[in-house]
Amino acid sequence: MRPFDYHRSEDGRDAVKAASEKGALFIAGGTNLLDLMKLDLMTPSRLVDINRIGLKDITPTDEGGLSIGALVTNSDCAADPRIREDYEVLSRAILAGASGQLRNKATTGGNLCQRTRCYYFYDPDMACNKRKPGSGCSAIGGANRIHAILGASDECIATYPGDMAVAMAALDAKVVIEGQGGDTRTVPVRDFHRLPGDQPDKDNILEPGELITHVTLPAPAKGRHIYRKVRDRASYAFALVSIAAVVEMDAGKIASASLAFGGLAHKPWHDSAIDDLLTGEAPSEALFDKAADILLADAKGQGSNDFKIPLARRTLKAVLREATGERS
Amino acid sequence: MTRHLKMDTPATSRLLDELPSKLTGKPMDRPDGPKKVSGTATYAHEWDIDGKVFGVLARAPVSKGKLVRIDKSALDKLPGILGVFSEDRFLRNPAQGTADEAPIQGVSEISYFGQPIALVVAETFEQARHGAHMLELVCEADTDGVYDPEASNLSPEKPEDDQLDQGDLDKAMAEAAFTVDSTYRTPNHNSAAMEPHCSIASWEGDQLTLYGSYQMVKYNVNELADSLGIEPEKVRILSPFVGGGFGSKLGIAPEAVAAAIAAKEIGRPVCVTLTRQQVFENVMRRSESRQRLRLAADETGKLTGLGHECLVSNLPGESFHEPVLQATHFIYGGENRRLGMEVARLNRMCAGSVRAPGEAIGMQVLENAMDELAHTSGIDPVELRKRNIPETHPEEGTPYSSRPFAEALDEGARRFGWDKRNPKPGQQRDGEWLIGMGMAVAARVNMLMESKARVTLNKDGTAIVETDMTDIGTGTYAILTQLCCDMLGLAPEQVETRLGDSNFPKASGSGGSFGAASSGSSVYLACQDIRGELARRLGCSEDELQLENGNVSGGGKDSALTDLLAGENIEAEGHIEPGETMEKVKQATYGSYFAEVAVNAVTGETRVRRMLGVFGAGRILNQKTATSQCYGGMTWGIGMALHEAMEFDPRDGHVVNNDFAEYHVPVNLDLPQLDVVLLEERDDWASPIQAKGLGELGLCGAGAAVTNAIFNATGVRVYDYPATLDKILGGLPELEMA
Repeated sequence: MRPFDYHRSEDGRDAVKAASEKGALFIAGGTNLLDLMKLDLMTPSRLVDINRIGLKDITPTDEGGLSIGALVTNSDCAADPRIREDYEVLSRAILAGASGQLRNKATTGGNLCQRTRCYYFYDPDMACNKRKPGSGCSAIGGANRIHAILGASDECIATYPGDMAVAMAALDAKVVIEGQGGDTRTVPVRDFHRLPGDQPDKDNILEPGELITHVTLPAPAKGRHIYRKVRDRASYAFALVSIAAVVEMDAGKIASASLAFGGLAHKPWHDSAIDDLLTGEAPSEALFDKAADILLADAKGQGSNDFKIPLARRTLKAVLREATGERS
Repeated sequence: MTRHLKMDTPATSRLLDELPSKLTGKPMDRPDGPKKVSGTATYAHEWDIDGKVFGVLARAPVSKGKLVRIDKSALDKLPGILGVFSEDRFLRNPAQGTADEAPIQGVSEISYFGQPIALVVAETFEQARHGAHMLELVCEADTDGVYDPEASNLSPEKPEDDQLDQGDLDKAMAEAAFTVDSTYRTPNHNSAAMEPHCSIASWEGDQLTLYGSYQMVKYNVNELADSLGIEPEKVRILSPFVGGGFGSKLGIAPEAVAAAIAAKEIGRPVCVTLTRQQVFENVMRRSESRQRLRLAADETGKLTGLGHECLVSNLPGESFHEPVLQATHFIYGGENRRLGMEVARLNRMCAGSVRAPGEAIGMQVLENAMDELAHTSGIDPVELRKRNIPETHPEEGTPYSSRPFAEALDEGARRFGWDKRNPKPGQQRDGEWLIGMGMAVAARVNMLMESKARVTLNKDGTAIVETDMTDIGTGTYAILTQLCCDMLGLAPEQVETRLGDSNFPKASGSGGSFGAASSGSSVYLACQDIRGELARRLGCSEDELQLENGNVSGGGKDSALTDLLAGENIEAEGHIEPGETMEKVKQATYGSYFAEVAVNAVTGETRVRRMLGVFGAGRILNQKTATSQCYGGMTWGIGMALHEAMEFDPRDGHVVNNDFAEYHVPVNLDLPQLDVVLLEERDDWASPIQAKGLGELGLCGAGAAVTNAIFNATGVRVYDYPATLDKILGGLPELEMA
């Protein structure tokens, strides 16, 4: 681990100021960043500890939703009675991820910034455009069972590994960000993460020194909340495919649908064409197939991850069956 | 005083069954348990030694080639750096188990990606790791590295002593009523012990003390001395606690030699611990395998022919090859046999012993093939196995020693409710889940190894057991204490067992499941010697002697134990050696596994719902630790069946999933309630205490019960382990809205 400065902030203003210098990074739970530093994959010159700046509450918003402080732990967020009651998909997604110990440390803001699990990103001796821009992508043509089938580029086929953000994308949550000048901007979770394009080193739209302060959830979405995560073992494994779905039925028809997908792309995948297709329709196998057609129209396997294409279709159809079927 | 026994004839008495104290076999808690749960059991990394500094190994960044030079310039300005070491005595890879000499040494030739070629030593671990990251290893990569054992341009070696042609298998196949001819593949496995490999080397003059995490201390002393070019007398190894070994800590490894070299040079103790990534990159792997199984059976399902031909791999220059065929030789009949072994030379980290080398994958695949034969012939899988239990060794004609094979099958089938299984695949549904049952046979060769122990009966009536035997989490502290208690009529709190110090009498070490029976026999013999001396002092025969609650009696006489000791200790050494009983009979352990799985009809995810193992391994020395061994083995079996596999980059052969996030061992949620039944058994041919090895039996076929159950659930036969969902997906039914 390289030597670094450590600065502990007591308030958000100080934290943003302290992070103004090049090479500074915030540290909250540290569940991902510390691993990456130990492996010499991330080498911040300064860590700004934000664990004491507050932002640990979940509060109601004027719009009838909830504002989740960036430092609310994954465990606390998943266990919050309001989240469990009104945003079940979020609670379920969080609990599908990592382990109890990790969720106790990991935070809402930090989890959004979780980095990919690409094998080659994790190995300093391998070419990786995400870690070292311009060095190439070893995953293409390599071992890529866990890699992207949607939205990848010739420069990067990594996936975003998290679960929480997939549910937030389905819920159309917003990320509140405080900038260096003290200004605040709000970005939908659906736009927060990026596709790799020719700049795979940028996971998301955060500018250096910007601090996530909150994630806001809109007023509760009615309907059935489902988070289905398909993985290689029953727990403590990243999603091969995951689907967050909030689907409301009315008189045998789909009144509203909002779906997001994990494990498929460099970001939580949301395609409004799928939601639009489903809305107003009576559920049928043909309709579900059409939804899968839209999702997978441009899907491209890399060899060892080709199975994700049929797996995503099967899982999507099963989720829609469950979401639109009789409650058992 | 020494009592020596060479096991040339079967034991004629079962003393442990006749003694008044019957602690042996009872589920006694581990005496070392409180230390472990309170963090006071000292593992290799934790020895608090004055002046200790830290070393971190740096790896070869190419898979085959030459080290041109090491550029240390980036380390000049770093704080705390004490030195960079790289020399010809460095080990290419760990020594194989019981090697007793140095493995291949040197850093100039690079044979696999991740080969440790330099050690950076610094005041703190963090500084050393930083230095290792900054160190530039300039290497020349060769273009002829070999990464695919099945590459068409390879000519694998055929070890002469591992080929068998008996009768005419082709003819048997042609004439058989039922046949199976299938090729299976199993991937590479890492032992994935919880405690990473670690050594602290400390010199006093020319005397080296190594605090290490090692399984076989007496061999490790010689291997370390040979590697360093010093006399074995100058080396002491301490390894009292080992946080899991599974074969990965059998032989001396690069970190120990590098630590010793650096410590000598710097003049301070050096601690080298592998990172988890290094554990995956340069610790022994279980070789991948390709296994072709041919079974020929008559109309009753009786085997007339058996073929098992496999391909495994290792680094150039390594004599070990995964002994896949070990149990195939003796488990089933069939007069026409072709067993073959091929070894491909790869630029991949060394292949060596990983828990149950051979049977773990050999029995797994053989038992898949037997399931295929059962399905093809329409004979119940349990019945099919029973019809093929040979009377004598099908190749050597020798009789078997105690063999509760049929008993394990019947007992397992009865307890599991095997009669409720529908033999037709894909018939049972539970919502989205397809349910199936499978079974498999467990078999593992039994070995006895030379082992010594010293028992001191103290003048105050307490006793000390000393041997360089190790406890790698298996329960050695418990069983040796229990044996000593029974033999000397003492309570557990009166006996102290001391292990893992090369200054103690030389034991078998932990490996090949032989540790408990071998070291247990040596303690038994030492105690027998003490009993003889006590009998002499009391004036009775050894047979008459009774030791109980500090009292000695026999031949109508009795005395307080302390009176007989008369203020002096009695010390005795027990020495067991294997002998002709190993050849006169075929010794092995047996069992059966039964599993019920649910396979998700949408995704192909498999979850094991329940699993039973029934095992016979001679006398059970501790019901609790033995059962735990079987739980562990079956857990390995589930992992091997469903998700465990090292994945390699096809272009340079380096392992890509080198941490516990991506190398998937089972987690709690993957495991159902496991049930273990240990059969009451005594094997007089195996050891004077009638015990056989148990540590590996739990996974010698376990995975096949799971994959056979997947077939029963879905009709999908997975030929390429592990049975991850992508391999099942294609055979699943299309579901529709309810």
